[in-house]
Amino acid sequence: MKSLGSIRREFAPWNDPQAKAYISFENVTKRFGDFTAVNNLSLSIYEKEFFALLGASGCGKSTLLRMLAGFDEPTTGRILLDGQDMRGIPPYRRPVNMMFQSYALFPHMTVEANIGFGLKQEGMAKAEIEQRVAEMLKLVKLEQFAKRKPHQLSGGQRQRVALARSVAKRPKVLLLDEPLGALDKKLREETQFELMDLQQSLGLTFVVVTHDQEEAMTMADRIAILDKGEVMQVATPAEVYEAPISRFVAGFVGNVNMFEGTVAARDADSARITGASGAEIVVGNAGEAAAGNAVAFAIRPEKIKVSSRRPEGVANAMEGEVYDLAYLGDMTVYHVRLDDGQVVKASALNSSRASDDALSWNDRAWISFPPDAGVVLTR
Amino acid sequence: MSNVALSADEAAGSGSASRSILSRARSALLGRLVIIVPYLWLLIFFLVPFIIVFKISLSQTAIAMPPYVPALSLDDGIGGLFAQFGEMSFDNYVWLTEDALYFNAYISSIVIAGISTLLTLLVGYPIAYGMARAPSTLRPTLLMLVILPFWTSFLIRVYAWIGILKPEGLLNQFLQGIGVIDDPLLIMNTNTAIYIGIVYSYLPFMILPLYASLEKMDYSLIEAAQDLGCPPISAFWKITFPLSLPGVIAGCMLVFIPAVGEFVIPDLLGGSQTLMIGKTLWNEFFNNRDWPVSSAVAVILLLLLIVPIMIFQAAQARAQEQAR
Amino acid sequence: MNSGWSRFNVTSIVLGFAFLYLPIVLLIIFSFNESKLVTVWGGFSTKWYGSLFNNQGLMDAAWVTARVGVISATVATVLGTLAALTLTRYTRFHGRVLFSGMVFAPLVMPEVVTGLSLLLLFVAIGLDRGFLTVTLAHITFSMCFVAVVVQSRLVTFDRSLEEAAMDLGATPVKTFFQVTLPVIAPAIVSGWMLAFTLSLDDLVIASFASGPGATTLPMKIYSQVRLGVTPEINAACTLMIAVVAVGVIAASLVNKRREIQRQRDEQAAQQG
Repeated sequence: MKSLGSIRREFAPWNDPQAKAYISFENVTKRFGDFTAVNNLSLSIYEKEFFALLGASGCGKSTLLRMLAGFDEPTTGRILLDGQDMRGIPPYRRPVNMMFQSYALFPHMTVEANIGFGLKQEGMAKAEIEQRVAEMLKLVKLEQFAKRKPHQLSGGQRQRVALARSVAKRPKVLLLDEPLGALDKKLREETQFELMDLQQSLGLTFVVVTHDQEEAMTMADRIAILDKGEVMQVATPAEVYEAPISRFVAGFVGNVNMFEGTVAARDADSARITGASGAEIVVGNAGEAAAGNAVAFAIRPEKIKVSSRRPEGVANAMEGEVYDLAYLGDMTVYHVRLDDGQVVKASALNSSRASDDALSWNDRAWISFPPDAGVVLTR
Repeated sequence: MSNVALSADEAAGSGSASRSILSRARSALLGRLVIIVPYLWLLIFFLVPFIIVFKISLSQTAIAMPPYVPALSLDDGIGGLFAQFGEMSFDNYVWLTEDALYFNAYISSIVIAGISTLLTLLVGYPIAYGMARAPSTLRPTLLMLVILPFWTSFLIRVYAWIGILKPEGLLNQFLQGIGVIDDPLLIMNTNTAIYIGIVYSYLPFMILPLYASLEKMDYSLIEAAQDLGCPPISAFWKITFPLSLPGVIAGCMLVFIPAVGEFVIPDLLGGSQTLMIGKTLWNEFFNNRDWPVSSAVAVILLLLLIVPIMIFQAAQARAQEQAR
Repeated sequence: MNSGWSRFNVTSIVLGFAFLYLPIVLLIIFSFNESKLVTVWGGFSTKWYGSLFNNQGLMDAAWVTARVGVISATVATVLGTLAALTLTRYTRFHGRVLFSGMVFAPLVMPEVVTGLSLLLLFVAIGLDRGFLTVTLAHITFSMCFVAVVVQSRLVTFDRSLEEAAMDLGATPVKTFFQVTLPVIAPAIVSGWMLAFTLSLDDLVIASFASGPGATTLPMKIYSQVRLGVTPEINAACTLMIAVVAVGVIAASLVNKRREIQRQRDEQAAQQG
C-alpha cells in the first residue's frame, strides 16, 4: 500500500502525526426538523490542502460547507478553525469566503465593484482596494471586463469573477460549492487546472463540494466520500480508487466488479474466497478478513484481462461468453457473462489498431486477473 | 508563559463572541421591527375597524353625532361590559331580513355580478386566446395594451360610458345614423348598462389570468390531438379549455368578488330602481345616516363574499403548487 | 403558438381592443368639443381646458389628490415592503396567519366596506376627518397592493446573493441596504406607482374617510358627474389620463430599452 499516496506532490500532512488540523469538525450533527443532514461527523482538514467533499445530492456535503461558512450552526458538536471554536460567529466575521454554486454575483454592481465588495466591508482604503481589485482581475484574466455588469459576461467569465471576489479578501479558507457545475464539459476541464494552479500560487486552503467524482479526483489532495450525513472514507484519490474500504466507496467511485463470497482460507496477506456457485478465487490485500467472513472482492474493469483461450500461469481464470461489448475508440469494454451467471465488466486498451485476437458477441471468452489486482472488502 | 498566551487567546475569543452576540441582538431587534411596524398598522387600521363595524352593527340607532348608541364600552368597567352584553341586539340584522329591500339587494347583487362575470368571460376568452396565439414579438405590446386601462381612473372609465349610452348619446346617434333603429335604445339606467360597465371595467382582470394560463400551454398538445384525429373545435373543448380552467376560475373570481360590492357602476350607469348592495350601503350611510344598519349590511356583504374568496384562494394555492 | 393565429384570433383582438379603448378615445375627442352639448360635435376648441384651470374647486381638489397620492404612496411603499419582507423571510412567528390574512384581505374587500370601517374607526378615536384621514386610509389599502408586488419579486430573489454579501463581511443591515434593496428596487418602484394611481383613482374610500376641506379630485368629479356630463369634466378626465399614460408609457419604454440592451449584452457576452 506504500506505493499509493499523493501522486501529484509530496504534500501529506495527514500522514504526519505532529501536524495540527487547520479545520476540524468534531462530532458534528446537524438536524433540520426530523431530517438529520449530518450525523456525528468528525473530519480534519490541513492547512493549504485541497480538500473535496464528494457525495450524491442530499448527502450533507453542502450543509458541511454552509456550517463552515456560518450560514448554519451545528445542532451538536463543534467546528474549529485554526484552533478557534466557530460557534456563534456570524458569517460576516469568519475568515472564510465562499464561492457560490450560482456564483451569486451582485447584478447591480460592475465586475470591479463585485470583487471589491468584501474589501470595502473591511474598511480598506480606496486606493488599496483599487490595487487589489486590479491584481485579482489580472489573476483571472478579466482586466478588460472591469466595468461590465454580470449579465454582460459569459458563463465562464462569471465563474472567474465569482472566484476573484471570493479570494480578494485573502481568506484563510476558500469554500467552493460545485464551482464548475454550471460550465460545459470542455470549459470545466480547463478550469479544473486553473483552480489547482490558483490554489498553489495563493497558498490557500480549499474545501470544494462536488458530486462529480472525476472533478474531485483531478483536483483534490484528499477526498471525503459522504453518504447520508456520514463520512465513508477520507483518502487521497489514488487510495479511494485503488483501496476503497467499503462496498459503497468501491461502487461510488468508478466502475467495479464485485465477487461476493466467503473466506475459505486465510494467509498472511492473501485469502481464498468461495463464491455462491462454488467457484474459488485467490486474492491478495485481504486486510482484516478472517476465515468464514462474508466478503466482497472488488476489482476494476481495467485490471481484468479478456482472452479467447485459457491464459497460462494466472491465479484466477473463469470462462464465460461475451454478452455485450462497446467499442469506445481508446478502449473496448466487454461484458462477459460467466458460466455461473455473473456478468463481469472488463476493459481493454486498444493499443494496436487491429487485434488478431478480436472477440465478438456470443464468443466464448476467458477472464483472468492476478491475486493483488483488487481488494477484499468486509464492509 | 504558555498559560498566559492561552488566556489572552481566550479573552480575544470571548470578546469577539460577546460582540457577535450584541450584533445578533441588534439585528434580531431590527428583524422584529420589520414585522411589528406593518403588523401594528394593519391591526389598527384594518382589524380594529372591522371589530368596530361589527360592534356598531349590534347597537341602536340614535339621532346624534355619531348617530348610534355604542353597544360596548369600557367606561363602566368590566361589570358594565357584561351588562351591555345583555343590551346588545341583533335588531339590525332582524330588520335586514324583514325589509325585502335588503334581501332583494343582496340577491340582485349576486345575480348581476354573476351575469356580468359570465359575459366578461365570453368577451375576454377570445381576446386572451388570440393574444396567446399572437406572434411572440407582439405579445408584450398586447399585454401592455390590456394593462394600460388599469392605470386610468375607474371613475373616468365608467363616466365615459354615460356619454355613449344615454338616449341622445353616441351609440344611439350612430345606430340611428346608419338606420338600424328609429327610436333611441334605452340602455342608460338599466341593468344592461351595469353589465356593460362591469364587463368593460373588469375585462383586464379576466384577460390577464386567462392569458397567463393559455400562454404557457404547449401548442403541440393541440397538434398531438389533431394528429390523433380530433377536429379543431373538439380539440379546443377537450384540451385547451380544460387546461385553461385555473385561469378561468381565477379570472371569474377576480371579476365576481369586486362586482358584488360595486358602487360606482350601479350608481352612475344603473337607474334609481337598480338594487346593488354596495349602493344600498352607501345610501343607508350617506342619505339615511343609519350607521348601525349600514354596518350590518357590511357584515353580511363580507359573509357573502367569504365563499368565493375561499374558492379563489384554493385555486391560487393549487396553481402555485403546480408551478413548483 | 404562432401557427394558430387565425383570422378569428385577429378579429377578436381587434374588436376587444376597440371595446377597451373606444370609450376613452371618444371621451378625449369630446373634451375638445366647442359645443356645450357633450355628444354633439360643434367644432374643435380647447376652451374647456381654459375654464378648467379657472375652476378653483377642481384645482384645489387636484392639489389635495396629488399630495395625498405622493404621501400615501410613499408610506405605503415602506410599509408594504416591510410586510412583503415579513411574509417571505419570517415563516414562523406568532400570528403569521393573521398577518398574511390582513395583508391579502384588503385586496378583495369591497371598497364600501373598507371605507365604512375606516370611517367608524376615525369617529371612534375622535380623529377629525380630513386630509390626514384620507391619507391614512389610502396608505392602509394600497400598502397591501405594494406588499403583493414586492413579495412576488422577493419569492424569486436568489438568497445566495445575501449570503455572499454576508460571507464577504457585510452585516445583515448593510447586506439589506447594499444588496437586497438595490436588487428589488424595480419592484418597489412599480409598487409605488401602483399605490400612487390607486390613491389617485379612489372615490369610494375617500368619500368615507374624507371631510370638509379635503375633497379629492375623484370626489369632485363624481359630484359633478351626478349633475350631468359636461365638457369640462371631459377635459379634466383627459388631463388625468394624459398624466397617467405619459408616466406608464415612459416607464415601460425605459424598461423595454433596458431589456433590449440587456439581451444584446448577453448575446455579445456569449459570443465574445
